[in-house]
Amino acid sequence: MLTLENVSFEVQAGSGQKEIIRDMSLNIGDHKFVVITGPNGGGKSTLARLIAGIERPASGRILFGDTDITKMSITERANLGISFAFQQPVRFKGIQVIDLLRLAAKKQLSIADACQYLSEVGLCAKDYIRREVNASLSGGELKRIEIATVLARGTRLSVFDEPEAGIDLWSFQNLIRVFERMRESTDGSILIISHQERILNIADEIIVIAGGQITRQGPREEILPSLLGTASAVDACGKFYQEGERA
Amino acid sequence: MDQIQQRILEEVADLHGVPEGAYNIRTDGETASRSTTANIDIISKEDGSGIDIRIRPQTRNESVHIPVVLSRSGLKEVVYNDFYIGEDCDIVIVAGCGIHNCGDQDSEHDGIHRFYVGKNARVRYVEKHYGEGDGRGKRILNPGTEVYMEEGSSMEMEMVQIRGVDSTERNTKAELSAGARLVIRERLLTHGSQQAVSFYDVKLNGEGASADVVSRSVAKEDSYQRFDSRITGNAPCSGHTECDAIIMGNARILAIPQLEANDLDAALIHEAAIGKIAGEQIIKLMTLGLSEAEAEEQIINGFLK
Repeated sequence: MLTLENVSFEVQAGSGQKEIIRDMSLNIGDHKFVVITGPNGGGKSTLARLIAGIERPASGRILFGDTDITKMSITERANLGISFAFQQPVRFKGIQVIDLLRLAAKKQLSIADACQYLSEVGLCAKDYIRREVNASLSGGELKRIEIATVLARGTRLSVFDEPEAGIDLWSFQNLIRVFERMRESTDGSILIISHQERILNIADEIIVIAGGQITRQGPREEILPSLLGTASAVDACGKFYQEGERA
Repeated sequence: MDQIQQRILEEVADLHGVPEGAYNIRTDGETASRSTTANIDIISKEDGSGIDIRIRPQTRNESVHIPVVLSRSGLKEVVYNDFYIGEDCDIVIVAGCGIHNCGDQDSEHDGIHRFYVGKNARVRYVEKHYGEGDGRGKRILNPGTEVYMEEGSSMEMEMVQIRGVDSTERNTKAELSAGARLVIRERLLTHGSQQAVSFYDVKLNGEGASADVVSRSVAKEDSYQRFDSRITGNAPCSGHTECDAIIMGNARILAIPQLEANDLDAALIHEAAIGKIAGEQIIKLMTLGLSEAEAEEQIINGFLK
């Protein structure tokens, strides 16, 4: 469904260019649950932004189905069926949760339907539906609303950039369940960037990216054992206690 | 009333016909129709300069509509409307002015509203401005508002001007006695070469008085806005003023929040922020399938809601 062919991406760094993604090729199949992991600064988020069209590659091609989307805008890709959940969800003054869900669903969603999406991400719908998507919401709440907008779109491909970033451990436990349910119920493919062992645990395939390149790729059973205990597969509780000890 | 006038009436007062309760509809410099109730009287001033609206004490759940429509090019008027609101009232006042100017001469309406709010009365005031017409003549609205609030009274004022008015100079003054509460919400969108100036001068004179003056505005294209809000605390009181503005194109915005505390227990706060639409906001909405222009429109609509 999604194919990258020899994609490169670079940014201006000082007087020269720094390559963030190097000649990367990969294929995400239909109905797959794929997790991309790897060390920080390895190019994972950039890859997600290249797929959504927020960044454009310096060279190479990106295909969605049979369509070459390399030169397409964010809007065109979204309308073709690509969704993107931000690592740091954006806040809007005055725009309510219901407004955002209606924009996402592209229809005059009924309150009951909108509530359904919020319930799926573990938010008590009646408390949130009229809330403004502004600074009064916590990081965890925003993250769930961000995921709810992706659910409301129901597209062929959903990309999540580090859904665990910026939320507390308790919210994280619930979030895992959201993705587990999504894995069961969705028709489309899901691509998640994550370091969390419990998310890696429900993947069909795992792709490890470091230094702008794919270092390993394959079915979970093959890849996960070698990742356990490294920074690419953090056990949420382990990390919590380690950080507690450091403090 | 002709069709143009009726449409403008809809814009400024959400009126599709004759409103319920008391009203005074003014079109092109003259009273077009008027209705009073047992509790609300509307009387023309003897010198013809405007009207007095007298609301009996304890009047509850009633409303007064006083919309103004100008559809003739070149008409300039100054109108004085005085509201006397009795003790313990709970009422809604809907004002508003719409100008349709297809001609080459400037049309101007300067409405001066004075509110005398009795003890423990509650007032909700809604004022909408609207302008249209493709003539070269300017559409000018200069509202003057004075609010005198007695003990324990409260007033919420919602002032809206979205598009169409070439030049506005808004002057609002308020004096609050003990326990009185004033809330002002201004929403403004200017475009083209429009100019909008708002000046607020709120004096908190009694113990426990409070005021909250908030403006949200969007300045597009070559327009200019000035928001000048001053709160003076002369007693133990609390005051807050805020200007939050989105700037676009070649627009200019000047925000001048001012506080003056003349009492040790006056708690006063001001905030002002001016900035363009965040790129991330547009990108987020584009990932939902909106075009850049649609995204911008949604962000502005939400902001001014």
